[in-house]
Amino acid sequence: MTDTVERPTGREAETITRVVVRFAGDSGDGMQLTGDRFTSVSATFGNDLSTLPEYPAEIRAPAGTVNGVSSFQVQISDHDITTPGDEPSVLIAMNPAALKADLGRLEPHGLLIVNSDAFGERDLAKAGYAANPLTDDSLAGYRVVEVPMTSLTQKATESLGVKPRDAERSKNFFALGLVSWLYSRPTQPTLDWIEGRFKDELVRISNATAFNAGYNFGETTEQFEHRYEVMPAKLPAGEYTNISGNVALAWGLVAAGQLAKLPIFLGSYPITPASDILHELSKHKHFGVRTVQAEDEIAAAGMALGAAFAGHIGVTTTSGPGVALKSETTSLAVSLELPFLLIDVQRGGPSTGLPTKTEAADLNIAMYGRHSEAPLPVVAAYSPANCFDTAIEAARIALKYRTPVIVLSDGYLANGSEPWCLPDIASLPDISVQFATELNHTNDDGTEEFWPYLRDPETLARPWAIPGTPKLMHRVGGLEKEDGRGDISYTPENHQRMIDLRAAKIAGIANDIPPAVAVGDVEDADVCVLGWGSTWAAIDAAVQRTRRRGVKVAWVHLTHLNPLPPNLGEVLKKYPRVIVPELNLGQLCRIVRAEYLIDAKAVTKVQGLPFTARELEDAIEGALQ
Amino acid sequence: MSDTIVPVTTKKDWTSDQEVRWCPGCGDYGILLAVQQLMPELGVAPENTVFISGIGCSSRFPYYMNTYGMHGIHGRAPAIATGLAVARPDLDVWVITGDGDGLSIGGNHLIHALRRNVNLTILLFNNRIYGLTKGQYSPTSEYGKVTKSTPYGSVDPPFNPLSVALGAEASFVARTHDLDRKHMMEIFRQAHAHRGASFVEIFQNCNVFNDGAFDSVTSRQVREEMMIDLHHGQPIRFGADGHKGVVMGTDGRLRIVEVAEVGEDAILVHDATRDDPGLAFALARLSVEEHNATTFGVFRSVDRPDYGMGIGRQLAEASEKRGPGDLATLLRSNGTWAVN
Repeated sequence: MTDTVERPTGREAETITRVVVRFAGDSGDGMQLTGDRFTSVSATFGNDLSTLPEYPAEIRAPAGTVNGVSSFQVQISDHDITTPGDEPSVLIAMNPAALKADLGRLEPHGLLIVNSDAFGERDLAKAGYAANPLTDDSLAGYRVVEVPMTSLTQKATESLGVKPRDAERSKNFFALGLVSWLYSRPTQPTLDWIEGRFKDELVRISNATAFNAGYNFGETTEQFEHRYEVMPAKLPAGEYTNISGNVALAWGLVAAGQLAKLPIFLGSYPITPASDILHELSKHKHFGVRTVQAEDEIAAAGMALGAAFAGHIGVTTTSGPGVALKSETTSLAVSLELPFLLIDVQRGGPSTGLPTKTEAADLNIAMYGRHSEAPLPVVAAYSPANCFDTAIEAARIALKYRTPVIVLSDGYLANGSEPWCLPDIASLPDISVQFATELNHTNDDGTEEFWPYLRDPETLARPWAIPGTPKLMHRVGGLEKEDGRGDISYTPENHQRMIDLRAAKIAGIANDIPPAVAVGDVEDADVCVLGWGSTWAAIDAAVQRTRRRGVKVAWVHLTHLNPLPPNLGEVLKKYPRVIVPELNLGQLCRIVRAEYLIDAKAVTKVQGLPFTARELEDAIEGALQ
Repeated sequence: MSDTIVPVTTKKDWTSDQEVRWCPGCGDYGILLAVQQLMPELGVAPENTVFISGIGCSSRFPYYMNTYGMHGIHGRAPAIATGLAVARPDLDVWVITGDGDGLSIGGNHLIHALRRNVNLTILLFNNRIYGLTKGQYSPTSEYGKVTKSTPYGSVDPPFNPLSVALGAEASFVARTHDLDRKHMMEIFRQAHAHRGASFVEIFQNCNVFNDGAFDSVTSRQVREEMMIDLHHGQPIRFGADGHKGVVMGTDGRLRIVEVAEVGEDAILVHDATRDDPGLAFALARLSVEEHNATTFGVFRSVDRPDYGMGIGRQLAEASEKRGPGDLATLLRSNGTWAVN
C-alpha cells in the first residue's frame, strides 16, 4: 500500500531540521512498540530516519528497576541521515528507573517528559532514588514537563468500561499521542494501525482513546512552549519502505533464491539477535523457502550443509556462541567445497556476553575460527537496508565459487531500521549456476568418469553434481581428497596441493569484488578512516561534520573482508594517517597492519553500543594532533 | 525422478571402485555385502540413493557404495541427512553410524531425527567399542569394561540403543546381527520400505578390539537357544522346536518360560504396530532381565507423519493459497511511500 499522508493542521508549529526522540520505560511498558509506531509514521510522512532499539536481555526484569528499562531512540530528519543521533533532544521517561537509566544521554536543556504518576515512594525506591528528582532540583538543567499519563489515560477510558488496571497498559499510547502532537505527526496511520493490530475490542478502543487523549492533551495544555515540525526529507525519488536489518537480510535471502533459481533452506536455532531472520523466512513458504528449527546450532549448520549437497542454497543463521558451535561444520563445508551461508548477527561477548547489545568483535572468528587452513570469504553489511544486498552478494560468491561464506551483521543493524528505496528487481544480478550433468574426465583407455574435484580453471570451483543426476554418483567427505579425482588421498604432495588450491580459490575472489573506493578528500586527506560493518553510520556523520570544519578526511568502507579488495593497500598508503574505528579491540586494524605494513591506528569501543558521531569526530581530529 | 519404470541393477552397480579398508575379519564386511546385495532387489536407482555417515569405522561405508554419499562429521550424520531428506523427499537417504558416533557424540541428533520422523534409514553398527581410535569403551560397553581408557573398568552403565530409539518415539525399530546376511537383508528391506525414520541396531563384531562381544548370543553354537526372533502377529517362541516362549506375568514383567509348562495360548503374540511402545521397550530389554536371551527382528513399525512430507505440504499449501512468491510484492509487504 502506498499512503498519501496529509500534514495535520492545528497550532502553528516551528520547523526544525531534525530531532532525536528517546522513549524509555519498563520492559512491560511497550516502549519498543511505541518507538516503532513513531518511526513508521515518520517514515510514511517522508522523513529520513535511523533507529536504535535497546532492551534488556531478560524478558521481564523486576518491574520498575533500572535493569528492566527498555528504550527506543529514533532520529527523524528532513535530510539524509545515517545514525540514530548521539544525544536525544527529547526523553520520554515512563518511570523513575527510565529516568535514571537514560537521563545522562539527554542533551543539555533537552526536553524531558515524565509520567509523574509513576513517581511514588515505592517507584523511587525501586529505581534507587533517595529523593524525588522531580522535586529536588536535580533536573534543573532540563526543560521538565510532568504529565500524569497513567491517571489521564484511566480517566479518558473510564467511560468505555475499561478497568483502571487495564487502562494503565494503554499509557504508552497516551505518550505516543502526546509526542505525535509535539512533532506534528499525522494521527490517522497510527489509528488505522491500532485498528488492525489489536483483536480484543476493548484493548483496541482503549489504545485508540489513549492515543487521542495524549494528542489532545498536547493541543490543550500550556505546558509546552512550542510545537515542532520536521519536514519530509529530500530523498532520491522512488518507492520506499521502512526496513530493519534482520528483515532485509531475510528478504535478501529470498531474493537470492529467486535470482539463483534455487530453493532456500534455512537451518537455525533460536538465538538473540538473529532469531528474527528465522521468523521472517518461516513466513515465506510460497517462495519455496524451507526452514527447520534444529535441535541445536550444530545440527542447524549440518542440515544446511546437507541441503547444499542436495542442490539447495543452504543457510544457517546465528550469533557469536553459535558461530563457535558451527565451526566444525563450516570447516567441513570448506573441505567439501559446497555453497553454504553462515550468517552471524554479532552481539556483545565473549560467551553469552550482552545478548541484546551490539558489538562487532566476531571478525577474528569469521576470518580464522576454524581448525587447520580453512579460508573462506567474509562479507559485512553496513546498514539495515544494505543487509538485503549483502545476502545476495554472499549467495553469489558461495554459488559461483562453491564455498562457505560468512555474513557479518550485528545487533544494531539487525534491530535498527531506516527508509529503503526499493530496488528495481530487474536490475538485481543473475546469480544462477549450472549443476554438473555430464562425465568430465576421459581416461587414457578412453573410458569416461566423473571427477568431483576437477576445477573450473578460472574460478577454481569444483562441479556441483546433485543427487538424482544419473552417472555422476560420487562420495565427498572430510578426509583429504585427491586433486581432481576426489578419492581419499593421504599423500604429502597432494595435501599441499589441495591446501594451496583451496587458498588460491578464495584469494582469487578478490578479482571479482568491487575495488576499495575512498570518498571525501580523496586527493589530499590528512587522515583516512577505514571502516567496516555498521560503523558506517557514525563514520558518515563524523566525516561530514569534520570536513565541514575544514579537516581533510578520506573514508574507505569495506563490504568484503576476505578477500580484501586488491587495491586496498595502494589506496590506504596514499594517506599519512589511517584510523580504523571498530566495535572491538582492533581486529580489522591488525589485519591491515599485517597485510600492508601500514601504521593504522585502531579506534575502539566495546560498550554494547554503536559509536556516536561525536566520538568519531574526536577520533578524527585526535589523529591529527 | 520417480519414474514408474523399476530400475534394473545388479550388485556391481552398487559397488564403488574403492578398495575396502576395514580390518580383515571385521563384521562390517558382512553388512556391506548385505546392503549391496539387497539394493538391486529394492527397485531403486543408485543416483537417487544417498549414504550419509559420521566418523568411525562404520562411517567409511559410503565410500564403498556406488551412490551419492557424504562422509560427514562425528555424530552429525542424522543432522546432515535431515537437511538432505527435507530438501529432497524424492531421494532414498541412508544413515550409517556406530555406537560411539550415534549414541555418544551424536546422541542429540539421533534422537531428534527419530522424534521428527525424518524419512531416513538409519543403520547403527553396534560393536560396543571405539575401533577407529583403537579401543576405548563406548556408551554401549558393558559396566566394568576394561579398556585403554578404563584400565580399572568403566563405571558408567551402558545405553541400550533400542531403548533410546523407542524412547525417542521412533516409528520403526529393529535389531539384526552381522553373522546372518539373510536376516539383515530382510530387516533392511523392511526398514527401507518404512516411510519415516527407521532405526536398525546391528550387532557387529570388532575382531580387533572387542572380539566376540556378541558370541554368547549370536554364535552358531548358542544361537538357537539365545536369539529370539520377533515376527509380527506370531507368538514369541524360540529354542529348538520353539520350546521356549515369552509370557507377561501378572506383575507386568516379561519372562521366558517353557511353552510346554504354560501352554501355547499363554505365549505373548508380537504386535509391531501397537501405538504404545511400552511392550516393544520391554522386549528390547529382555536380555537384561533374562540370561542374555536377546530379541531380534522388528520391534515397532507404526505410521507417523513424515517430517519432510509435513514441510513439503506446508510449502504446497502456502503456494496454493498465496500463489508463487513474487519478490516485488514481498518488498512492498510492510507498506511503502513514494518520494517524487
